[in-house]
Amino acid sequence: MGYDLKMKVWRGDQSGGELVDFVVPVEEGEVVLDALHRLQATQAGDLAVRWNCKAGKCGSCSAEINGKPRLTCMTRLSVFQPDETVTVTPLRTFPVIRDLVTDVSYNYEKAKKVPAFSPEPRQPDGTYRMQQEDVQRGQEFRKCIECFLCQSVCHVVRDHEDNKEAFSGPRLFLRYAELEMHPLETGDHRQAAKEEAGVGLCNITKCCTEVCPESIKITDNAIIPVKERVVDRSYDPLVWLGSKIFRRSSSDQ
Amino acid sequence: MTDPSSIERHSYDVLIVGAGGAGLRAAIAAHEAGARVAVICKSLLGKAHTVMAEGGIAAAMANVWPEDGWQVHFRDTMRGGKMLNHWRMAQLHAQEAPDRVQELEEWGALFDRTADGLISQRDFGGHRYARLAHVGDRTGLELIRTLQQRTVALGIDVYMECTVTKLFQSGQATSSAEKRASADGRITGAFAYWRESGRFVVFDAPTVVLATGGIGKSYKVTSNSWEYTGDGHALALQAGASLVNMEFVQFHPTGMVWPPSVKGILVTESVRGDGGVLRNSEGRRFMFDYIPEFFKAETADTEEEADGWYEDKAKHRRPPELLPRDEVARAINSEVKAGRGSPHGGVFLDIASRRSVEYIQRRLPSMYHQFKELADVDITAEPMEVGPTCHYVMGGVAVDPDTGESAIPGLYAAGEVAGGMHGANRLGGNSLSDLLVFGKRAGAAAAEAATRAEPAAGVSDDDVRAAAEAALAPFERQGGENAYTVQQDLQDVMHNLVGIIRTADEMEKALQDLGKLRERAQQISVEGHRQYNPGWHLSLDLANMLRVSECIARAALERTESRGGHTRDDFPATDDSWGAVNLHCTLDGESIAVRREPLPTMPDDLRQLFEEK
Amino acid sequence: MTTTGTETPQPDPPTPRSSQPSGDLPGGVHAPSRAAIRPKTLRQDRYWVTPALTVIGLTAWVAYATVRVFLQSNYYVAEHHYLTPFYSPCISNGCLPEAAHFGRFLVDHPLIPYAALSLPFLLLFRLTCYYYRKAYYRSFWLSPPACAVPDGHKSYTGETRFPLIFQNAHRYTFYLAFVITLINTYDAVLAFGGEDGFGVGLGNVILVGNVIMLWAYTLSCHSCRHVTGGRLKHFSRSPIRYRWWTFVSKLNTRHMQYAWITLGTLALTDFYIMAVSAGWFDDLRFF
Repeated sequence: MGYDLKMKVWRGDQSGGELVDFVVPVEEGEVVLDALHRLQATQAGDLAVRWNCKAGKCGSCSAEINGKPRLTCMTRLSVFQPDETVTVTPLRTFPVIRDLVTDVSYNYEKAKKVPAFSPEPRQPDGTYRMQQEDVQRGQEFRKCIECFLCQSVCHVVRDHEDNKEAFSGPRLFLRYAELEMHPLETGDHRQAAKEEAGVGLCNITKCCTEVCPESIKITDNAIIPVKERVVDRSYDPLVWLGSKIFRRSSSDQ
Repeated sequence: MTDPSSIERHSYDVLIVGAGGAGLRAAIAAHEAGARVAVICKSLLGKAHTVMAEGGIAAAMANVWPEDGWQVHFRDTMRGGKMLNHWRMAQLHAQEAPDRVQELEEWGALFDRTADGLISQRDFGGHRYARLAHVGDRTGLELIRTLQQRTVALGIDVYMECTVTKLFQSGQATSSAEKRASADGRITGAFAYWRESGRFVVFDAPTVVLATGGIGKSYKVTSNSWEYTGDGHALALQAGASLVNMEFVQFHPTGMVWPPSVKGILVTESVRGDGGVLRNSEGRRFMFDYIPEFFKAETADTEEEADGWYEDKAKHRRPPELLPRDEVARAINSEVKAGRGSPHGGVFLDIASRRSVEYIQRRLPSMYHQFKELADVDITAEPMEVGPTCHYVMGGVAVDPDTGESAIPGLYAAGEVAGGMHGANRLGGNSLSDLLVFGKRAGAAAAEAATRAEPAAGVSDDDVRAAAEAALAPFERQGGENAYTVQQDLQDVMHNLVGIIRTADEMEKALQDLGKLRERAQQISVEGHRQYNPGWHLSLDLANMLRVSECIARAALERTESRGGHTRDDFPATDDSWGAVNLHCTLDGESIAVRREPLPTMPDDLRQLFEEK
Repeated sequence: MTTTGTETPQPDPPTPRSSQPSGDLPGGVHAPSRAAIRPKTLRQDRYWVTPALTVIGLTAWVAYATVRVFLQSNYYVAEHHYLTPFYSPCISNGCLPEAAHFGRFLVDHPLIPYAALSLPFLLLFRLTCYYYRKAYYRSFWLSPPACAVPDGHKSYTGETRFPLIFQNAHRYTFYLAFVITLINTYDAVLAFGGEDGFGVGLGNVILVGNVIMLWAYTLSCHSCRHVTGGRLKHFSRSPIRYRWWTFVSKLNTRHMQYAWITLGTLALTDFYIMAVSAGWFDDLRFF
């Protein structure tokens, strides 16, 4: 059942690096991360790989396999031909630290800018009442394991370094959508989604949805609804006219 | 040679080691109490092992069963722990868990709901009533995300991918024996390295909360991630604190067994809570053959009654599949040993023939996903193959129940790294509530203690230099042992000799082997440089794993009975005289000493709960 | 503060690699801090097939529609009252009187389509449609051509500036498209009553089929999903709108399919009516 897998693994750091050829024995049912671990244990003890749960639940082991951003722990070797060379590189959107490990602090910095949750007060009996249909949209977004594959594949920052300042990325749009749809949230975050997170930079080309290992419909269920809410707030001619005439903030619409 | 004055240095009131549920909850509590808090974690924020928790958070909120209350939860917890739990911890846990869960909603958590809009609660092994607040089968992720977002919103400092290798204590320059003998030895800070750069960092802090989780990575088949190397256990030992109940290691009955690369990955207990049953190769629901006397009264003995329980819990007793985890794990182990296992050495867990496709996909989405992606198995159409996997260590740092403080002043522990709460066996769902209840208590207590602490003298340069030298030692050697090989051998030893079923001979052999491994670990050499070097990281973690493994083996050898997560083939019965004894491990020079301590006495009003039905 | 290693480990600052072949983008995957990998993409699959097919499909359709719209003939089958959607509503002075259900008031000019009141808005509806945006940004504008394949442009401002900021007007084009789809429905109903009274032919089947698909496309619109219920915070307080939203959401998952199917049915409907009108073949009558 086992065979020798040909791999190319990027090794290096900020000063440079290259794709290094390896041949590693693999077994049936294994995933790319298994092959990398075997490399570490037998051929390259200092091969830097970030990983934790190895069950597709923590989102640590993101890399690019044959050019596509994927979780190495959820990419089974059976999707490749046995004679195919599997190329593994770090995520190409974030600064590289070493080998397959990148500096993902961009995502954490953007997370700090998301407005804090500000709920309405509790019911007199000390509970919150929410109906299942009111929480289910947010629950989809909260499936996110923060693997940052969507952040990495998004061409807005992948291909345009200068947009990192103004653009928070799909993962963070999930957060805005979650706040906007949270049944207890009292704040209005449409302006922040537009100005702070830069949702207008997204041109909904849906790569985030394509790579999401949790199959969250990021574009259809989060980004577009956020864009529509921004339209409610900023691009509705009636609201705009009303705010001109009545000199009222449109945020209380 | 490292120059201490060139090392990055920070000062805080409360230092929290670990950013799982307990660590983050402690950080929030300490911050709210006005302390300057730092969280240090080995991985990125939000990746902690808490995300792996699936089933739910046990809390007697009585949203589904008005009959439920903290007394019932307390009683279930103590019985599940075979009465070896610290009664006060079990009591605080049962009393405070509902508030801790509700609080999460205030921070944005979205639990599944009941029809009248309250938090829905599900059934789980060992819990008398449906009690687990949950979000599908990804409750841990919800919990960690909620706490993570709260932590970020409060602006708490988080040091990610930073590993603590040493705690500093006052009077440390003297020998360790003197240090422990003197009343001094209070915590003054911690030494850590950045994974990214390999550079060192020193934290000055009068209090440290350990929230480092468990030890599973010492076992071959485990549901735990690489981080679970017993760092907190080892740091506490080294600081002079004791570890309690270390012989009790929980093997979750249902881990994946195939394909080999995913062996050990958890299959949530909710599969059984939602109707799944265990069958052997003959198709028999074998759990009916393994109902122990202790649980006979409350467990169904026919399939009809067991199946009726899902619909009407008042008129039926619980299915035996929902016995506490230790019972189920042992039963599976026996079936496999008797030759009635599945093709890949497990048993069958079948929900496909019992529930509709829609139901399974709605209630167990991540299980469906996990089997589909990793094993090519459609759990809505065919049974899963499952077997026991090392999941949780009941043992941990002995702490004061109300504050989480260990015997060392300024050193706190919460969550899996703390011991006592779960006794001999933990009930499913009690871990997430444990994190919240004792995370908060430890964080608040540490913050309060920090304000009382006199200004610290600061960590001495000598201590810093010694810590740096110890951390760099593997780079000094050439052509020595490979860290990965030593780890594999350690996992084999623990799996084969100190696993689910134990005997004196095997454990004595294990202790010998561990001794040899310790020598080999001291000869590990590391290739490459300090920057993000997993071989180096592992060589440092290995020292902790070896310490903790020795604790487990020694305590397990000492306890000559079977109870909860500790099963002796040579002493198969539960022995009442052992029911009043806790084993404590301490560090004695370079080896581990075990001493017996009487179980804390439960007050009468609580004891009475066990006499009522 | 969240920290990932505040110390810079390497003594030398990272040097921008000058060995890259000239003509490379200054930023993007070749930005100095990122892993030095020469190929812009390591994808080996045929990722260019989808954008290529999109270009071919959309170009062919636009070419056909343009020709037809300016032909200003063979748009109406008087015998069976079939009016092609490309000429509905027919409001030009050039329209056949019986095809003009809403009057004739537009100046007749070869460069002004007979349905000049509806066509621009239908065009805008589809141009600003969230699906078509994805399709043409990827295929025509190469921004990006496929996932993890570099953008064909040096700079990128998304939909934040003129003219793309007007994509935000999609909702208003949806309202107009809704009205126009009503008119198309009206046309399809009228077509059951030909010169000989009630009758059903293949043309009717095609017209009705087209209108059904137009409704599916129009109602599955993301803006429609938002206004029917998506904008609510509490579904439980508006059960009827929640039901609507659920229905639209189900359609919405197939918005792309409907976008392509309706291009097909529109062209087919128009071609069939043109052919019958031009006498290339007769309408197949059922009764």
